[in-house]
Amino acid sequence: MIYLDNNATTKIDERVLEEMLPYMKEEYANPSSMYDFSRKAHNAIKEARVKIKDFVNASTEREIIFTSCGSESANMAIKGVIGYNRSKRHIITTKVEHPCVLNTYKELEKQGYEVDYIGVNSSGELNLDELKSKIRKDTALVSVMWANNETGVIFPIKEISEIIKTRNPETKFFVDGVQAAGKIPMDVQDNGIDLLGISGHKFHAPKGIGALYINSKTSILPLITGGHQERGLRAGTENVPYIAGIGKAAELAADSLNYELSEVKRLRDKLETGILSNVFNARLNTSITNRVPNTTNIGFEYIEGELILLHLSDLGICASSGSACTSGSLEPSHVLRAMGTPFTSLHGSIRFSLSKYTTEADIDFVIKHMPEVIYKLNKISPFQKELEHLKACKG
Amino acid sequence: MWDYSEKVLDHYRNPRNVGSIEDADAIGEAGSLACGDSLKIYLKIENGIVTDAKFQTFGCGSAVASSSILTEMIIGKPIEEVRKITNKDIAEALDGLPPEKMHCSVMGHEALEDALKNYFHEEAASQEKIVCTCFNVSEKQIWDAIKENGLKTVDEVTNYTKAGGACGRCKGLIQDIINTYYKKSEEETKLTSTQMVLKVNKIIETLIAPELQKDGGGIELIDIQGNKVMVKLYGRCSSCKNSLVTLKNFVETMLKDKVSKDIEVIQV
Repeated sequence: MIYLDNNATTKIDERVLEEMLPYMKEEYANPSSMYDFSRKAHNAIKEARVKIKDFVNASTEREIIFTSCGSESANMAIKGVIGYNRSKRHIITTKVEHPCVLNTYKELEKQGYEVDYIGVNSSGELNLDELKSKIRKDTALVSVMWANNETGVIFPIKEISEIIKTRNPETKFFVDGVQAAGKIPMDVQDNGIDLLGISGHKFHAPKGIGALYINSKTSILPLITGGHQERGLRAGTENVPYIAGIGKAAELAADSLNYELSEVKRLRDKLETGILSNVFNARLNTSITNRVPNTTNIGFEYIEGELILLHLSDLGICASSGSACTSGSLEPSHVLRAMGTPFTSLHGSIRFSLSKYTTEADIDFVIKHMPEVIYKLNKISPFQKELEHLKACKG
Repeated sequence: MWDYSEKVLDHYRNPRNVGSIEDADAIGEAGSLACGDSLKIYLKIENGIVTDAKFQTFGCGSAVASSSILTEMIIGKPIEEVRKITNKDIAEALDGLPPEKMHCSVMGHEALEDALKNYFHEEAASQEKIVCTCFNVSEKQIWDAIKENGLKTVDEVTNYTKAGGACGRCKGLIQDIINTYYKKSEEETKLTSTQMVLKVNKIIETLIAPELQKDGGGIELIDIQGNKVMVKLYGRCSSCKNSLVTLKNFVETMLKDKVSKDIEVIQV
């Protein structure tokens, strides 16, 4: 199997699993208990918190809260900030956020909040002038993803935070860092971030664990109330093995960051160039330069994405698509639509996302087989004239 | 991950009768590139029998499988028998399709119908009233899908025809078609002014306001004088350039449809 869907989820690193196992077996104590037996569980959380603090360069580990996933981190940040600032009714976000963020804002709009959705250009880059013009006195929150899950496009976080602080220093800045974690360096202090959400399973920890950075100058209302855990901001007995796991994964991700930025990027570029030069109806759906190193999004004109995925799957290749048919929603990718991707390639968009486990042989295999898969599917398309025209233009 | 039957898998992997027929006696089309699926079917007809059929499909696995099996179902069959084929027959021949994918079988059936119309030089169904503008689905297509498959809810209609699957604005209209089909539409009688207020208010609360809320707006009923309904729009709608269009096209159409044909909507 060739797994090129690492933006969906990643394989657990063996070393992460090793770190977790003791807390699933003998070290099962509740970390809040008073006896010595809970010492190891208690320390595991403490150490993991320091590792996440280092991973995002927070100023103290008190700024890190463990959650169950990226969606919880986002919900906690968004609802936490606006819940604490009840008089401010305005929020700014982008049209290309992950559904866990976008749908949260759709819900808030129903409750009477005013939300501005900032657009992107055809390369997926954010319209900063529009963002700047929307910031008001009553803007409670600006909420932007660091890297896009579908295109990999990186938003200029530092520039955005500077815009926000100049226009309204009271406005809080939440960054959905789920797709950036482990792929590019993340420094919350240098980038002026107030809240940052991450998810473990996107960087080789298991599913079911996430974290939220909240800087010491930012107050929020808790989403889950109950016990005193996580400084009263997130009640519920701590998920000790998974917390130990995400801590270890963060440490390993920091170590392999250079590999991601060099080797993973080299393989991604090789895959991209290989497909674009060998398949005449392939076009790049994303910014060429401003991207995380592991992601590419290629549109195949006049053929449909789900069909491509099924045929790739028959060859043992795992990828994903922004096609409507794969989502069950009948609507194609909101990200590609916001970018104005033409209908001809919108429905046939395929995302390949690599990881540190991707090999040269994997990439060579995909480059070798992609043209024959697309050739076969082109023959089924009712748009033969258009395809021939395209071929003539490229040839 | 879809639960596709073995037959669907077989047909998308090895589609039968792919291609076109140069001297086809009939050509039928359904869907469009923008909608995400589109199908062309070519027929060769001799002495009232379909002697050859080919297809070209832009669509997902189940769309290709539906087209492929359809060609197998019609080759060698007399045209009168082919005319009786329904979308249900296509789905059954594939050992079923996931509910969300039933529209693929409907598209196959529509292309076949289109081809037969083309063969018999019947008028194309271009004058039909379009209900879902996102996917270009007509009232007749919805009516036929309800009739053919015994559909009872708006979600079911969406699964079979795609209508209402994008912006969702036509969901009220789809419900209306369902109601009319099952003859459940309330009898149109002269309303007293109290009945009128209650009815208008109910339609605004249950059908209009939720739709406007999706776009961040809202609506409030202020007064009713005779056939004039005064409403106030707030939230995103009040500053939106399209608010008048929204009023005329949506609120008024809905009230005319549901309450009385002579209603006039006035923004206050």
